[in-house]
Amino acid sequence: MEALVNKIIPFSSVDGPGNRTAVFLQGCNFNCLYCHNPETIQLCRACGVCVEKCPTGALRLQGGQVKYDPSVCVLCDACIKSCPHSASPRVRRMAPQQVMEEVARNQPFIRGITISGGECTRQRDFLLELLLLARQAGLNTLLDSNGSYDFSADAELMAVADGVMLDVKAWDSVQHQRVTGRDNAAVLANLFWLAQAGKLEEVRTVVVPELFDAEQTVREVCRVIAPYIPLRNTRYKIICYRPFGVRQEYRGLTPPSAEQLAQLCQLAQSCGVPNAVVV
Amino acid sequence: MRPISMETVEEKRREILATIQDRTASHEQKVTYLARHAENFLTVIDEPKELDELMRCPQEQRCICNLFEGDAPYRPRYICPDYPKFLRQGSGFLQLGAPQDLWEALNNLLILYHNVPSITNYPVYIGDLDTLLEPYVANVDDETAKKALRLFFVQVDRTILDSFCHANVGPADTRAGRLIMEVEAELEDAVPNLTMRVSEDTPDDFVLAGIRCALRSAKPSFANDRMFRSELGDNYCIASCYNGLYKAGGSYTLCRLLLHGIAKRSANLEDFKKNQLPFVMDVMARYMDARIRFLVEESGFFESNFLAREGLIQRENFTAMFGMVGLAECVNTLLEKEGREGRFGHSAEADALGVEIMEQIAAFNQAHQAPYCEATGGHYLLHAQVGIDSDKGSSPGTRIPIGEEPAELVDHLKNINLFHKYFPSGTGDIFPVDLTVHKNPKFVLDVIRGSFQLDIRYLSFYSSDSDVVRVTGYLVKRSEMEKLAAGQNVRQNTTGLGLGASTNCKALNRRVR
Repeated sequence: MEALVNKIIPFSSVDGPGNRTAVFLQGCNFNCLYCHNPETIQLCRACGVCVEKCPTGALRLQGGQVKYDPSVCVLCDACIKSCPHSASPRVRRMAPQQVMEEVARNQPFIRGITISGGECTRQRDFLLELLLLARQAGLNTLLDSNGSYDFSADAELMAVADGVMLDVKAWDSVQHQRVTGRDNAAVLANLFWLAQAGKLEEVRTVVVPELFDAEQTVREVCRVIAPYIPLRNTRYKIICYRPFGVRQEYRGLTPPSAEQLAQLCQLAQSCGVPNAVVV
Repeated sequence: MRPISMETVEEKRREILATIQDRTASHEQKVTYLARHAENFLTVIDEPKELDELMRCPQEQRCICNLFEGDAPYRPRYICPDYPKFLRQGSGFLQLGAPQDLWEALNNLLILYHNVPSITNYPVYIGDLDTLLEPYVANVDDETAKKALRLFFVQVDRTILDSFCHANVGPADTRAGRLIMEVEAELEDAVPNLTMRVSEDTPDDFVLAGIRCALRSAKPSFANDRMFRSELGDNYCIASCYNGLYKAGGSYTLCRLLLHGIAKRSANLEDFKKNQLPFVMDVMARYMDARIRFLVEESGFFESNFLAREGLIQRENFTAMFGMVGLAECVNTLLEKEGREGRFGHSAEADALGVEIMEQIAAFNQAHQAPYCEATGGHYLLHAQVGIDSDKGSSPGTRIPIGEEPAELVDHLKNINLFHKYFPSGTGDIFPVDLTVHKNPKFVLDVIRGSFQLDIRYLSFYSSDSDVVRVTGYLVKRSEMEKLAAGQNVRQNTTGLGLGASTNCKALNRRVR
C-alpha cells in the first residue's frame, strides 16, 4: 500500500515536542482560506501549467502525468505557486517502508515522527503501518489532524499513535464553515474524546481576527480540555496568522497584534490550560 | 641568541610606534602588544631551518602558523589551575587563606584570576564553577547567591578582557550550576565563555536550563563528557575556545597546519600525501618541540611562578596542541587538482578524502615523540583550531565553509560526526537557531543527545537574533563590534578578532537552523 507524500522534513522544531521528522501527506478534505500550504490540499490533475513555469526543466508532461526530476529541481516553488488546483507536482508515491527508511536516516537525532498534511487520516491504512514501523524503531508518533476523522472509532490506529495534535479553527459552527467549508461537529467531538482518552498532545488555533472569534474558541476549547490536563498536559498553541504561503486571493487578511495573541495565551492559562504558547 | 639586522630593528621600531599611536586600541591592549614586540626581538628558540619558508612568508604560501605566540615563550599558552586545591589551601604568594563563605570564595577566585597568565595574559580557564561553589551556596538563599554571582560575573566580564576565558559546569546537576545558568542568561555578557559537560547521567532538565541560557547569551556550549573522559580521564577541563586539557596543567603551545596552503604547494594528491604534508608536519612538530624545550628548560617559569611552587599546576600535567585549519579547502583544492568531482560536506568522496588526511595527521602525531608531554603518552593532542581574523580562504578546523553548509542539519551533523573524534584537545561546530526554537528547547536537546551518542564532541548554539554571538569559538557582542567598526575603543580584545572574522570569514552568516 502506498500514499502520496508531499514532503518529508528531516528535522522539525515546530511539529510537536523536541526534534521530529515531519511527514506531510497529500490531500485534505478541508479548504481553509488561510491555509499556509495550499499545495497539499488537492491531487495533481496533470494540467501542465507548472511544467511551463518550471525554470530548470525539472517537470515534464508524460503519459498524462507530470513527471518530476528532483536532481535538477532548485526548490524555487514556481510550480506550487502557479498551480491553479492547490496541488503539487513534487508529490511522491511511497510505501510506509520507504518513508521509514528516510526517517531512520535522522536517528538518533530525533525523538519521534509527526504525520501531517494535508489530512493524514485520509490515507489511514498507510498511516497505521507507518506508525507501527516508527514505534518499532523506538520513535514517538504524533498525528496532526483537522479533526474530521472519528478517532474514537479507530482503536487500532490509536494504539500506535502517542497523540494527536488537533486543529480547532473556530468554536462557532457558522464561522468554521466560512473558514473551512465544513461543519465542526466532528472536530469538537474529537476534542473531547481525545482529551478524555489522554491522547490530546496539542490544540492549535490560528488567529485570524477577520475570520472568527478567537477569544470564544480559546475559552470554549479550554473549558472542554481543562478537566483532563492532570491526565495529559496538553499544549495549546496560539498561532499567529502570517501571509507566507497563503493563496494570493486570501493574502490580504490582517495578522493579529502581539498583544492580542498574548491576551489569548493568558486567557488559556487562566482557563486551566497552563501549557499555552504563542507562535 | 642569533643576531638580527638593523633593518629588522628599524622595522620593529616602526611597528612599536604604530602600536603606541593606535587610536582603536585600549591602554591594556597596547601594553600587551608592546610586550609581544619586545619578546619578538629575541631569537632564542632552536627553530628548524625550514620554518621560515613555511611560516614567515606571504600569507597565500603559508603552511604553518604559530598564532602570534611570540619568539621567546615565558609562560605556557594555556594554564588550567587546580582551583579546588586553591580554595582548600589558599595561597602564600597571594596572602589568602581558605575561604569560609561564598563572599570570600568569590573574592579569592577573582584575585587568583588576575594572576593566572596565558598567551593573552588573561586566564583561559576559571574553574568548574558549579562544583567549586556548591558548598558555598549551601547556606545562602537563591536571591542572595544570585546577587553574589551576578557581581562576580560582571567583574569577570569587565576585567578579563578577552572571551577565551572559560568556565565549566556539569555533568552533574547542582544548585550552583542552575543559579549560574539563570544569572548568565540575564547578563548576556561575552565573558566568560562557558561549557556544560553533558553525560548520559546529566538530567534533561539541567541540559534544558543550559539550552535556555544559550538561546539568550550564546553560552554554554555542550561537551560530550563520555568522549573527553574516555580519552583524557576524569581530570579534564574545557579551556579557551573549546580545548580539552588537564586541570592543574594546560598546554605549552599551539601551532597550526594551514592545510589549504599545503594543498596549494602540492602538485597533486600523491605529492600532498607523500611529500608535502609529511614535510610540513615534521617541521611544525620540531618547531613545537623547540618552543617547549625553551619554555621548560630555559624560561624558568615552572621553577619560579607561584602557581607551580604552590602546587596549583604541575609541569607533568601539561601537553601541547598540534593544530590544523582548512581541511575543507584542502580537500576541495586537491580534488580540483586531480580533476575529480565533489566538494567537502557535499560528497561522500570528498568527505572520505578528509578522513584519509586526518588519519595521516593522527598517525604522524602518534609516531612523533613530543618532549615533556608524558601526560598524554609522549604525544601532542590534535586540535581543530577555530581560525583567526586574518584567515582568508581557510575554514576553521574541519568545518564546512560558511555559505556551503548542507541544506539539512542532519547532513551537516553526519559530516561533523566523521571528524570530531580526532581532536581530544578540541573541536566544535556552531549553529545559529531560529527564534521558533525558543518555544521548543527540546529540539536542541534532541540534537545534543543524538550527537553525543555518536562521535560528535562539542556543539554550540545561539539564537539568530541575540546580541552575544559565537564568532568561531569565542563570544562577542554585536553591539561592541559596531562600536569598534565606528572607530571607538572597546574593552575586550576579542571584539577586534570578531570584527575581522565577520568581515574576512563571514563568521556571522552561518545557515540558521
